[in-house]
Amino acid sequence: MRAYHDLGGLPAGPVERAEHDYALWEKRVDAMLVLLGDKGLMRTDELRRAIEGLGSAAYERMSYYERWLAAIVEIMIERGVVTVDELGRKMAEIEERRDEAL
Amino acid sequence: MHDGHDHPTLPERDEELNRAQITEMALRQLLHEKGVITADELRRQIETMDARTPAQGAAVVARAWTDPAFKARLLADGAAACREAGISTGPFNLVVVENTPEQHNLVVCTLCSCYPRYVLGLPPDWYKSKAYRARAVREPRAVLAEFGTVLADGVAVRVHDSTADMRYLVLPMRPNGTEGWSAPRLAELVTRDSMIGVAPARDP
Repeated sequence: MRAYHDLGGLPAGPVERAEHDYALWEKRVDAMLVLLGDKGLMRTDELRRAIEGLGSAAYERMSYYERWLAAIVEIMIERGVVTVDELGRKMAEIEERRDEAL
Repeated sequence: MHDGHDHPTLPERDEELNRAQITEMALRQLLHEKGVITADELRRQIETMDARTPAQGAAVVARAWTDPAFKARLLADGAAACREAGISTGPFNLVVVENTPEQHNLVVCTLCSCYPRYVLGLPPDWYKSKAYRARAVREPRAVLAEFGTVLADGVAVRVHDSTADMRYLVLPMRPNGTEGWSAPRLAELVTRDSMIGVAPARDP
Protein backbone atom coordinates (compact mmCIF):
# COMPACT_ATOMS: atom_id res chain seq x y z
CA MET A 1 0.00 0.00 0.00
CA ARG A 2 1.18 3.49 -0.80
CA ALA A 3 2.27 5.49 2.26
CA TYR A 4 0.77 8.94 2.79
CA HIS A 5 4.00 10.81 2.09
CA ASP A 6 4.42 9.05 -1.26
CA LEU A 7 2.61 11.58 -3.43
CA GLY A 8 4.21 11.06 -6.83
CA GLY A 9 1.61 10.62 -9.57
CA LEU A 10 -1.48 11.16 -7.44
CA PRO A 11 -4.16 13.50 -8.73
CA ALA A 12 -4.02 16.96 -7.18
CA GLY A 13 -5.17 20.49 -7.85
CA PRO A 14 -3.22 23.42 -9.24
CA VAL A 15 0.17 24.26 -7.75
CA GLU A 16 -0.34 27.27 -5.52
CA ARG A 17 2.73 29.40 -5.92
CA ALA A 18 3.01 30.13 -2.20
CA GLU A 19 6.24 31.25 -0.61
CA HIS A 20 6.99 32.68 2.79
CA ASP A 21 10.07 33.94 4.54
CA TYR A 22 10.93 31.34 7.10
CA ALA A 23 10.27 32.35 10.71
CA LEU A 24 13.10 32.26 13.20
CA TRP A 25 11.69 29.20 14.96
CA GLU A 26 11.59 27.37 11.62
CA LYS A 27 15.20 28.28 10.88
CA ARG A 28 16.16 27.09 14.36
CA VAL A 29 14.49 23.74 13.75
CA ASP A 30 16.36 23.42 10.47
CA ALA A 31 19.64 24.43 12.12
CA MET A 32 19.12 21.98 14.99
CA LEU A 33 18.70 19.11 12.57
CA VAL A 34 21.83 20.05 10.63
CA LEU A 35 23.88 20.36 13.83
CA LEU A 36 22.52 17.12 15.30
CA GLY A 37 23.48 15.48 12.02
CA ASP A 38 27.00 16.93 12.18
CA LYS A 39 27.34 15.56 15.70
CA GLY A 40 26.19 12.09 14.73
CA LEU A 41 23.04 12.36 16.86
CA MET A 42 20.46 12.23 14.10
CA ARG A 43 20.48 10.97 10.55
CA THR A 44 18.33 11.95 7.59
CA ASP A 45 16.89 8.44 7.55
CA GLU A 46 15.72 8.91 11.12
CA LEU A 47 14.04 12.20 10.21
CA ARG A 48 12.29 10.45 7.36
CA ARG A 49 11.25 7.49 9.48
CA ALA A 50 9.80 9.73 12.18
CA ILE A 51 7.95 11.93 9.68
CA GLU A 52 6.63 8.94 7.81
CA GLY A 53 5.44 7.53 11.14
CA LEU A 54 3.47 10.62 12.20
CA GLY A 55 0.26 9.22 10.79
CA SER A 56 -1.61 10.72 7.88
CA ALA A 57 -3.82 13.02 9.97
CA ALA A 58 -0.88 14.69 11.71
CA TYR A 59 1.10 14.78 8.47
CA GLU A 60 -1.70 16.63 6.72
CA ARG A 61 -2.36 18.99 9.61
CA MET A 62 1.19 19.99 10.46
CA SER A 63 3.25 22.55 8.64
CA TYR A 64 6.58 21.51 7.17
CA TYR A 65 8.77 22.49 10.11
CA GLU A 66 6.20 21.27 12.62
CA ARG A 67 6.78 17.84 11.11
CA TRP A 68 10.52 18.25 11.37
CA LEU A 69 10.25 19.38 14.97
CA ALA A 70 8.00 16.48 15.93
CA ALA A 71 10.47 14.11 14.27
CA ILE A 72 13.52 15.62 15.99
CA VAL A 73 11.79 15.42 19.38
CA GLU A 74 10.88 11.80 18.77
CA ILE A 75 14.40 10.81 17.76
CA MET A 76 16.01 12.75 20.64
CA ILE A 77 13.76 10.90 23.07
CA GLU A 78 14.40 7.59 21.33
CA ARG A 79 18.15 8.14 21.53
CA GLY A 80 17.94 9.23 25.18
CA VAL A 81 19.35 12.71 24.49
CA VAL A 82 16.33 14.21 26.24
CA THR A 83 13.53 12.56 28.19
CA VAL A 84 9.80 13.09 27.90
CA ASP A 85 9.76 14.40 31.48
CA GLU A 86 12.49 16.95 30.88
CA LEU A 87 10.75 18.20 27.79
CA GLY A 88 7.37 18.34 29.51
CA ARG A 89 8.80 20.28 32.46
CA LYS A 90 10.61 22.71 30.19
CA MET A 91 7.49 23.32 28.14
CA ALA A 92 5.44 23.91 31.28
CA GLU A 93 8.04 26.43 32.50
CA ILE A 94 7.95 28.28 29.21
CA GLU A 95 4.16 28.35 29.16
CA GLU A 96 4.04 29.61 32.72
CA ARG A 97 6.45 32.44 31.94
CA ARG A 98 4.46 33.28 28.82
CA ASP A 99 1.21 33.39 30.81
CA GLU A 100 2.82 35.68 33.38
CA ALA A 101 4.01 37.95 30.61
CA LEU A 102 0.51 38.28 29.18
CA MET B 1 -17.50 25.36 12.33
CA HIS B 2 -17.39 29.10 11.89
CA ASP B 3 -17.60 31.50 14.79
CA GLY B 4 -19.23 34.27 12.82
CA HIS B 5 -16.33 36.61 12.11
CA ASP B 6 -13.47 36.30 9.74
CA HIS B 7 -9.96 35.41 10.76
CA PRO B 8 -6.99 35.57 8.43
CA THR B 9 -6.00 32.21 9.90
CA LEU B 10 -8.02 29.68 11.83
CA PRO B 11 -7.72 30.05 15.62
CA GLU B 12 -6.76 26.37 15.97
CA ARG B 13 -3.90 27.09 13.65
CA ASP B 14 -2.58 29.90 15.82
CA GLU B 15 -2.62 27.68 18.87
CA GLU B 16 -0.79 24.98 17.01
CA LEU B 17 1.88 27.36 15.80
CA ASN B 18 2.32 28.52 19.35
CA ARG B 19 2.67 24.98 20.49
CA ALA B 20 5.39 24.35 17.91
CA GLN B 21 7.24 27.45 19.04
CA ILE B 22 7.06 26.36 22.68
CA THR B 23 8.28 22.88 21.77
CA GLU B 24 11.13 24.33 19.73
CA MET B 25 12.12 26.62 22.60
CA ALA B 26 12.00 23.78 25.14
CA LEU B 27 14.04 21.41 23.00
CA ARG B 28 16.57 24.10 22.15
CA GLN B 29 17.03 25.08 25.81
CA LEU B 30 17.46 21.45 26.84
CA LEU B 31 20.05 20.87 24.12
CA HIS B 32 21.90 24.01 25.27
CA GLU B 33 21.78 22.96 28.95
CA LYS B 34 23.09 19.51 28.12
CA GLY B 35 25.87 20.95 26.01
CA VAL B 36 24.66 19.10 22.92
CA ILE B 37 24.28 22.25 20.82
CA THR B 38 25.52 25.65 21.98
CA ALA B 39 23.66 28.88 21.30
CA ASP B 40 26.66 30.04 19.29
CA GLU B 41 26.63 26.98 17.05
CA LEU B 42 22.95 27.47 16.38
CA ARG B 43 23.40 31.14 15.54
CA ARG B 44 26.30 30.38 13.18
CA GLN B 45 24.35 27.62 11.46
CA ILE B 46 21.43 29.99 10.82
CA GLU B 47 23.84 32.59 9.43
CA THR B 48 25.36 29.98 7.15
CA MET B 49 21.91 28.97 5.95
CA ASP B 50 20.86 32.58 5.38
CA ALA B 51 23.97 33.10 3.26
CA ARG B 52 22.91 30.34 0.86
CA THR B 53 20.81 31.88 -1.88
CA PRO B 54 20.02 31.19 -5.53
CA ALA B 55 22.78 33.70 -6.38
CA GLN B 56 25.25 30.89 -5.73
CA GLY B 57 23.59 28.60 -8.23
CA ALA B 58 23.29 31.48 -10.68
CA ALA B 59 27.03 32.11 -10.51
CA VAL B 60 27.70 28.44 -11.26
CA VAL B 61 25.28 28.46 -14.21
CA ALA B 62 26.72 31.68 -15.65
CA ARG B 63 30.23 30.28 -15.40
CA ALA B 64 29.12 27.13 -17.21
CA TRP B 65 27.67 29.30 -19.98
CA THR B 66 30.95 31.13 -20.46
CA ASP B 67 33.51 28.41 -19.72
CA PRO B 68 33.01 25.17 -21.69
CA ALA B 69 35.63 23.27 -19.70
CA PHE B 70 33.89 24.21 -16.44
CA LYS B 71 30.55 23.21 -17.92
CA ALA B 72 31.93 19.78 -18.80
CA ARG B 73 33.20 19.36 -15.23
CA LEU B 74 29.86 20.57 -13.82
CA LEU B 75 27.91 18.04 -15.87
CA ALA B 76 30.37 15.27 -14.99
CA ASP B 77 30.36 15.90 -11.22
CA GLY B 78 28.15 18.73 -9.97
CA ALA B 79 29.33 18.63 -6.38
CA ALA B 80 33.02 18.74 -7.32
CA ALA B 81 32.49 21.62 -9.75
CA CYS B 82 30.52 23.57 -7.12
CA ARG B 83 33.31 23.06 -4.62
CA GLU B 84 35.73 24.31 -7.25
CA ALA B 85 33.53 27.42 -7.52
CA GLY B 86 33.74 27.89 -3.76
CA ILE B 87 30.33 26.46 -2.86
CA SER B 88 30.11 23.68 -0.33
CA THR B 89 27.66 20.96 -1.28
CA GLY B 90 27.66 19.13 2.03
CA PRO B 91 27.32 15.38 1.99
CA PHE B 92 25.09 15.27 -1.10
CA ASN B 93 25.69 14.23 -4.65
CA LEU B 94 24.65 16.93 -7.08
CA VAL B 95 23.57 15.99 -10.56
CA VAL B 96 23.41 18.90 -12.99
CA VAL B 97 21.03 18.34 -15.89
CA GLU B 98 21.29 20.48 -19.00
CA ASN B 99 18.33 21.95 -20.85
CA THR B 100 18.68 21.87 -24.63
CA PRO B 101 16.37 22.78 -27.51
CA GLU B 102 15.40 19.08 -27.56
CA GLN B 103 15.07 18.35 -23.84
CA HIS B 104 13.73 20.21 -20.82
CA ASN B 105 14.49 19.11 -17.25
CA LEU B 106 12.34 19.51 -14.15
CA VAL B 107 13.26 18.74 -10.53
CA VAL B 108 10.89 17.50 -7.84
CA CYS B 109 10.99 15.48 -4.63
CA THR B 110 7.85 13.36 -4.59
CA LEU B 111 8.53 11.81 -1.17
CA CYS B 112 9.45 14.94 0.77
CA SER B 113 11.41 18.07 0.02
CA CYS B 114 14.93 17.15 -1.10
CA TYR B 115 16.40 20.18 -2.82
CA PRO B 116 19.91 21.43 -3.70
CA ARG B 117 19.81 23.69 -0.64
CA TYR B 118 23.58 24.14 -0.51
CA VAL B 119 23.44 25.79 -3.93
CA LEU B 120 19.97 27.43 -3.88
CA GLY B 121 19.12 27.98 -0.21
CA LEU B 122 15.88 26.71 1.31
CA PRO B 123 13.12 25.63 -1.09
CA PRO B 124 9.99 27.70 -1.73
CA ASP B 125 6.77 26.42 -0.16
CA TRP B 126 5.28 25.34 -3.47
CA TYR B 127 8.19 22.97 -4.09
CA LYS B 128 7.14 21.11 -0.92
CA SER B 129 3.43 21.29 -1.69
CA LYS B 130 1.31 18.24 -2.24
CA ALA B 131 0.17 19.44 -5.67
CA TYR B 132 3.68 19.96 -7.04
CA ARG B 133 5.01 16.70 -5.64
CA ALA B 134 2.03 14.73 -6.89
CA ARG B 135 1.72 16.19 -10.37
CA ALA B 136 5.26 17.03 -11.49
CA VAL B 137 5.93 13.38 -12.33
CA ARG B 138 2.55 12.67 -13.91
CA GLU B 139 1.76 15.75 -15.94
CA PRO B 140 4.92 17.86 -16.03
CA ARG B 141 3.81 19.82 -19.10
CA ALA B 142 0.62 20.92 -17.36
CA VAL B 143 2.58 21.92 -14.24
CA LEU B 144 5.09 23.82 -16.36
CA ALA B 145 2.26 25.61 -18.14
CA GLU B 146 0.94 26.78 -14.76
CA PHE B 147 4.33 28.39 -14.24
CA GLY B 148 3.99 30.05 -17.64
CA THR B 149 6.40 27.67 -19.34
CA VAL B 150 4.79 26.21 -22.44
CA LEU B 151 7.01 23.70 -24.21
CA ALA B 152 6.74 22.90 -27.89
CA ASP B 153 5.47 19.40 -28.63
CA GLY B 154 8.84 18.31 -29.96
CA VAL B 155 10.64 19.07 -26.71
CA ALA B 156 11.08 16.08 -24.43
CA VAL B 157 10.56 16.57 -20.69
CA ARG B 158 12.67 14.70 -18.21
CA VAL B 159 11.59 14.83 -14.56
CA HIS B 160 14.15 14.14 -11.85
CA ASP B 161 12.87 12.84 -8.52
CA SER B 162 15.34 13.83 -5.82
CA THR B 163 16.37 11.69 -2.88
CA ALA B 164 17.98 12.36 0.46
CA ASP B 165 21.44 11.77 -1.01
CA MET B 166 20.93 12.83 -4.62
CA ARG B 167 20.06 16.42 -5.47
CA TYR B 168 19.46 17.89 -8.90
CA LEU B 169 20.14 21.29 -10.41
CA VAL B 170 18.94 22.35 -13.85
CA LEU B 171 21.38 24.11 -16.15
CA PRO B 172 18.98 26.33 -18.10
CA MET B 173 19.61 27.38 -21.69
CA ARG B 174 21.56 30.58 -22.16
CA PRO B 175 19.16 33.25 -23.41
CA ASN B 176 19.56 34.58 -26.93
CA GLY B 177 20.96 38.05 -27.29
CA THR B 178 23.60 37.65 -24.59
CA GLU B 179 26.62 37.11 -26.79
CA GLY B 180 29.73 38.58 -25.26
CA TRP B 181 28.15 39.09 -21.83
CA SER B 182 30.33 38.57 -18.77
CA ALA B 183 29.49 35.80 -16.31
CA PRO B 184 28.38 38.23 -13.53
CA ARG B 185 26.02 39.96 -15.96
CA LEU B 186 24.65 36.63 -17.18
CA ALA B 187 24.12 35.46 -13.60
CA GLU B 188 21.47 38.14 -13.16
CA LEU B 189 19.33 36.31 -15.71
CA VAL B 190 19.51 33.01 -13.84
CA THR B 191 16.51 32.72 -11.54
CA ARG B 192 15.91 30.14 -8.84
CA ASP B 193 12.94 28.81 -10.79
CA SER B 194 15.08 28.33 -13.89
CA MET B 195 17.40 26.09 -11.86
CA ILE B 196 14.45 24.03 -10.56
CA GLY B 197 13.28 23.81 -14.15
CA VAL B 198 9.84 25.42 -13.88
CA ALA B 199 10.90 28.43 -15.95
CA PRO B 200 13.56 29.42 -18.47
CA ALA B 201 16.30 31.89 -17.60
CA ARG B 202 15.20 35.52 -17.99
CA ASP B 203 15.53 37.18 -21.36
CA PRO B 204 17.96 40.09 -21.46
